[in-house]
Amino acid sequence: MKEDIIAILKENVIQGRRTKDDEGADGNMVGTPAVLELAQLALESDIAPEIIIKQGLTAGIQVVGNKFAAKEYFIPDMLASAEAVSGAMDILKPYLDGPSTMTKGKFAIATVKGDIHDIGKNIVAILLKGAGYEVKDLGIDVSPEKIVEVVREYKPDFLGLSALLTTTMVAMGKTIEALKENGLRDKVKVLIGGAAVSEEYAQEIEADAYCVDGFHAIKVLENFQKAKL
Amino acid sequence: MAREGILVHSPYERMTEEQIKQIHHASMQILNDPGIISFNCEAAEIFRANGAEVTPITSADNPCWLVRIPEKLVLQAISSAPKIVKLGARNKDNSLFLNGAEPRVFFVSGSETNIWLDVDFQTYVKKSNPGIETLVPEFHPRRGTVLDLCQAAHLCEHLESLDAFIRPVNIQDEDITEDNKDVNKFFASLNNTTKHVMAGLTSLEQLDNVINMAKLIVGGEEELKENPIISFITCLVKSPLQFIDDSSQTLIEISRRGLPVAIAISPQGGTTAPIKEDGIVAQLNAEVLAGITLSQLVNKGTPVLYGSVPVRARLDNLSDSYGAPESSQYNIDCVQMARSYNLPCYSTAGVCDAKIPGIQSLIERLFSDIVVTLSGPQYLHCAYGLLAGNATFCPLQAVLDDVHFQMIKFFLRPPRISQAEVDVSLTQVKEVMGTPQKLYIRYIRHMLRSGRVSLPYPFEGEGEIDNVLVLAHERMKRLISQPVEHIDSATTSKIFQEIPGILPRLDVYEERRKQ
Repeated sequence: MKEDIIAILKENVIQGRRTKDDEGADGNMVGTPAVLELAQLALESDIAPEIIIKQGLTAGIQVVGNKFAAKEYFIPDMLASAEAVSGAMDILKPYLDGPSTMTKGKFAIATVKGDIHDIGKNIVAILLKGAGYEVKDLGIDVSPEKIVEVVREYKPDFLGLSALLTTTMVAMGKTIEALKENGLRDKVKVLIGGAAVSEEYAQEIEADAYCVDGFHAIKVLENFQKAKL
Repeated sequence: MAREGILVHSPYERMTEEQIKQIHHASMQILNDPGIISFNCEAAEIFRANGAEVTPITSADNPCWLVRIPEKLVLQAISSAPKIVKLGARNKDNSLFLNGAEPRVFFVSGSETNIWLDVDFQTYVKKSNPGIETLVPEFHPRRGTVLDLCQAAHLCEHLESLDAFIRPVNIQDEDITEDNKDVNKFFASLNNTTKHVMAGLTSLEQLDNVINMAKLIVGGEEELKENPIISFITCLVKSPLQFIDDSSQTLIEISRRGLPVAIAISPQGGTTAPIKEDGIVAQLNAEVLAGITLSQLVNKGTPVLYGSVPVRARLDNLSDSYGAPESSQYNIDCVQMARSYNLPCYSTAGVCDAKIPGIQSLIERLFSDIVVTLSGPQYLHCAYGLLAGNATFCPLQAVLDDVHFQMIKFFLRPPRISQAEVDVSLTQVKEVMGTPQKLYIRYIRHMLRSGRVSLPYPFEGEGEIDNVLVLAHERMKRLISQPVEHIDSATTSKIFQEIPGILPRLDVYEERRKQ
């Protein structure tokens, strides 16, 4: 029975169904319990939250990632699954021991000063939340001062900076400089992304990584985690 | 069930109603004066018997007659020709209904080329950086064979956008003769596709063998009438305004048997027809109406297609310039003329001057593919895989064309705007404005899964690498590896027993037994 719930939960993550009203990737599942209902049911069935996360949510999202890599799934599918997992994590949160087991880390993300383009940033935020990170979205046109303040107060493990324009990407460098000036640079890994930036630019402004997209960001973060071990 | 094609909802039209009338009247004048020269005696006699003024031309080397066709005869023929022509298929779900009054387009392969273009890919190493390798296509032309035709039909069976099959390769095997060519080309085609098969005849003497073969496949004469799995193309007019002897006889005999036939006329603007738009269209219209009139005089109700293949002359060597915009203008005008008579139109697009698949080929063919499709011809012979005019067939190019026609079909879907749809959108706007991210991405999914969002171009390469041909080649191999439903074993045996001249190597069951 418990195994069945976990298996159905995993399948619903793959289908990208957040609630019973979602039709799923196959388009014919409206009315049957989805990830949020199943996460609740799993808790009520005395399944350990760690099992729900590992064997249900994470296992499902890995299949989704594989399907995306095989071009069987597209970004909307990926995001639907990530949103479902993210919602399930909110349900499980009170039942987890503490922050260390709850998430893979804290991630603050912002579109930098002068830039209001946020589609990419929003997608990255959803994907990272779905991948198990605690995400704080600072929004658009965020000044270096504001980011310094968040890094100081919220203490994220990672900071994601996004910019679409060549005219605004310079704000990324200024943000990193501000972190240095405030003695915070070694407290957070800085990842940058956006149409205007590149690997070379990341090196130039001394960011820790350049990410092509949200999926790449997940891989980069996994590598950081491995390096820590 | 039948194939749906794509209905063009506001077809593109170049000519006004008044201009269409002017062209019609010009065509009627042409048919009356100077009239048509018929090199076929029986055709001239048929016209004479029905009231046309027919006079022998004594000054010519070959016997011929000047036929002045009165408008009344033409109008009667237009009236008796079916407005809806059914083209059947081995798989009845692949049948086509061509309605002369409805701009619903069906996409068709063709025409007979002599050269089959194989492709393989060689690895090249960058001189300045030997670590970088790239795949470069190499093309290998060779004479087409009957087994190539089998493969072409097999491939076309699996091309999603392709609605009917006109053989794209001429069979030039040593054991193919004028006497057995027709039965072999029809059998090779019919045995490897369940879609409709249309072809020209090489020898009139083979007409009944071909028809009998079709009867064996569908189960008899009545069944063939109900489900005409084959049809014919006749090019009975040599422009300007001359009925060729043998093709005219072919049209007469096909009409007697009541099978569907496309009367295809191909004048060249600047040489065999005026280069002026009004001139070539008026002449072509006269020529095709003369052919339709002959078919209806032979057998009222013969299902005919108004076939227009006009092309402009190249200015450097006077060969056909299919890539010229005027060729598409001429074609679109003819589609309008056919529609004004409510006759189903066989039109042309996609022929190009390029010799190999690539950028030139794509530009030339897509231009006419799009604009001629927009005009709404019912039966669009659109040169799947053809290159170098009508000289070469490359299956790789056919696979590319298939994807492009799928895109054109997608584009031509009508807008789905209704109050119910608008209400859904308004709900989405409200919902999204209440979310932190303010993104509509979650609504893509339903549209995607219900086929309302087009998929990415399937041959897109990674980064800056142009992999279109490599990926199309992989798709081609996959399509060819898919099975095709051959004619069943018992019917195949009957065909080989009763229809003379079919090459034993085309019997797939016998070939399997040998293995």
